Amino acid sequence: MSKKPALLPKDEAAAEGKVNVQINGKWYRFPKGTRIADACNSVGVHVPCFCYHPKLSVAGSCRMCLVEQGMPPRLAPGATPTYNEDGYQTIQWMPRAIIACANTVAENMGIRTDGKLCTEARRGVLEFLLTNHPLDCPICDQAGECKLQEYTSDYGSGTHRFTESKTKKGKNLSIGPRVNLDQERCVLCRRCVRFMKEIVGEEVLGVVGRGTHNAISCYPGTQLDSNYSMNVVDLCPVGALTSKDFRFKMRVWFLKSTPTIDVNCGTGTNINIWTREQKVYRITPRQNDEVNSCWMPDSHRLNYKYINAPERILTPLVKTDAKAPQRPSTWDATLNLVVEQLHKCAPVEVAIIASARMTNEELYMARALARQLGVTKFDIVPRKGENDGMLISEDRNPNSNGAKLILNKTGAGLATIRRGVKNGSIRSLIVLGEDVTQEAGIPAEDLAELDYLLVMAHSENATTKAADVVLPGVTFAEKYGTMINVAGRIQRLNKAIEPLGEARSEWSIMRELTELLGCDCPRVIACPSPMMILEEMALEFEPMKGLTWGNIGNEGKVILDTGVTIPLIEREKSKK
Amino acid sequence: MSYVPIKRPKFSFLDKIYVVELVKGLIITFKHLALSLMGKSRSKKDFNGKGVGACMPFPEQRWDAHLPEYYRGAPTLVRGEDGRERCVSCQLCEFICPARAITVTPGPVAEGSGLEKQEKAPAEFEIDMLRCIYCGMCQEVCPEQAIFLSKEYLITLTDRKDAIRNKAQLYKLGGTRKGLVNKWNQYK
Ligand code: SF4
Ligand code: FES
Repeated sequence: MSKKPALLPKDEAAAEGKVNVQINGKWYRFPKGTRIADACNSVGVHVPCFCYHPKLSVAGSCRMCLVEQGMPPRLAPGATPTYNEDGYQTIQWMPRAIIACANTVAENMGIRTDGKLCTEARRGVLEFLLTNHPLDCPICDQAGECKLQEYTSDYGSGTHRFTESKTKKGKNLSIGPRVNLDQERCVLCRRCVRFMKEIVGEEVLGVVGRGTHNAISCYPGTQLDSNYSMNVVDLCPVGALTSKDFRFKMRVWFLKSTPTIDVNCGTGTNINIWTREQKVYRITPRQNDEVNSCWMPDSHRLNYKYINAPERILTPLVKTDAKAPQRPSTWDATLNLVVEQLHKCAPVEVAIIASARMTNEELYMARALARQLGVTKFDIVPRKGENDGMLISEDRNPNSNGAKLILNKTGAGLATIRRGVKNGSIRSLIVLGEDVTQEAGIPAEDLAELDYLLVMAHSENATTKAADVVLPGVTFAEKYGTMINVAGRIQRLNKAIEPLGEARSEWSIMRELTELLGCDCPRVIACPSPMMILEEMALEFEPMKGLTWGNIGNEGKVILDTGVTIPLIEREKSKK
Repeated sequence: MSYVPIKRPKFSFLDKIYVVELVKGLIITFKHLALSLMGKSRSKKDFNGKGVGACMPFPEQRWDAHLPEYYRGAPTLVRGEDGRERCVSCQLCEFICPARAITVTPGPVAEGSGLEKQEKAPAEFEIDMLRCIYCGMCQEVCPEQAIFLSKEYLITLTDRKDAIRNKAQLYKLGGTRKGLVNKWNQYK
């Protein structure tokens, strides 16, 4: 009886450009060319890896990822393959384990990670890695996020049989301004070497010595001083490379990580902020293949100290008399005073300088405030720098695109305001989140000539010192909001710590001020949160249509076509 | 089955009025009263009591000699036989402490202290004795054998601030301990 053979799974998969793979007894379909390690991890079968990193070339040197693998039997000449009732061929298991990071999946392949072979392979590899490991976890900053620790507790044997003394290597070596090396802890995965060579393009690190004396080292006369050097700290699976900045600051298990974005330049690098209670301890990059891959520049990473610095302004400050010093005040009293003072100013003599470091929500409220006051001299401070050809954009404002979209401002009107302050046609100045004595170029002497200077800022600076009233705002770690990066991607800022002292998020200060000034537009004064402001903006601005806090997601969403690209991401894409 | 029915005992009428048990208890009380009035109470010798009965005139007289080996008093930091302050500020005790009594501020070892191998030592180590519940978890979790519960139980404060013991005080209270694993020397 002839039955038309049903389509076999292999043909079905091939039609989609995929292959069938059996992992621990279950069949899955993966695109051709997927690495076994990635395939396993994507379906929740964990394959431990030290040396493999999806963004670096494959080294295959640590052997931690050994798995048991099998293929269909090779056929005798002329024989036809036989299929079981599910349409698969039987798998012939190989007697030796293979590494999952350097091999790709194939049709009808079988992978086993729960068998005796794999378990013993992992235990053996760990036993060898630990023969010379100093076991100084109590003083190691990596403890708690160390792959060697994790794998040893998951797959290791608990005891080891080497009683010989351990090889001595260099400990606590300074190999660069921001990175420390402990050669004894190193598992020689060479991730750091490959990162410096392939991503940064500076071959500073290499492996020296032979056999058990193998060690990571800088080439003679060089040091690890690239602005991307601290990424090797994140990459290093163990505590061999550690950050000098974070050295002995806090154990990682106390830290809470909050996904947010960096605000030091227009790229909007995705980051995690690590905090304990009200203090920020470190910042690490968060993977986003469209923005920063897995990396971030050291300069941005280390620029968080101001969050907990003594310069932070913790209460509203009020100058009761032109000559008097600033005194701390309460919010209610300060805002009422500000309203009274603003009512006295003639709108033509008032200028507002906002900041492209503000979130979209804050810019929206700043616009509402300007409209309520009837002020037309209103602009932001542009900030330009050099593009480093990696991740740092020439636009040093994180939200220039937001300012352009919401305020329709690019900083072109700043010169007029500067001139107005100089020649006295502007008598009152409202500064929102900027130090105008810096990039804006308004000298402190000119500020002193003003009748009225209202400043909203998170930290003390030359402008706040000259101010009649200072409203304490918050830093990027203390607020929710969205920003649009140079490539037109809207991304979310998340609150990692509560506002310090009595500081308040800027949008709420401006909302209340606008309301007290007499605004009765419900689209401004009825906004209870940045999320609701976002929804208001989604109704008004065409590119933001349909946006909600939820659907932006942790990766952000492209809403503008700016034509700007991020060099490092372009390189990464072209490599594929 | 998610629950197990408990068989309750059947009480007789006599049980229910509990007068019998009450009287039984009182007999014991009166027995001790009589014994102590005759100066024959139990543990008389141990208490070394001068007065009547089993009462110990505390604090002039102490029970200290009778504290068992495993007694859990105030936690202290110890030095090893080599005189090294053993804590390396790994902060595991801070993590495990159910009462959040411990605050460790980690830091590098002092330069020129000869402890280069150890690298790390607490810049400050504080235990709030008003929070401590004497559970002994810190001693159990310490990978460095640095924190031990002493037999000190008599903590009298006149100010809340005094309840916080700092590193210097803790090392003073802990003293030197013998027979601990010797770590962080030039051989390790
Ligand atoms: S220092 Fe770290 S990243 Fe570099 S080879 Fe050693 S273990 Fe790998
Ligand atoms: S991860 Fe495969 S050999 Fe290292």
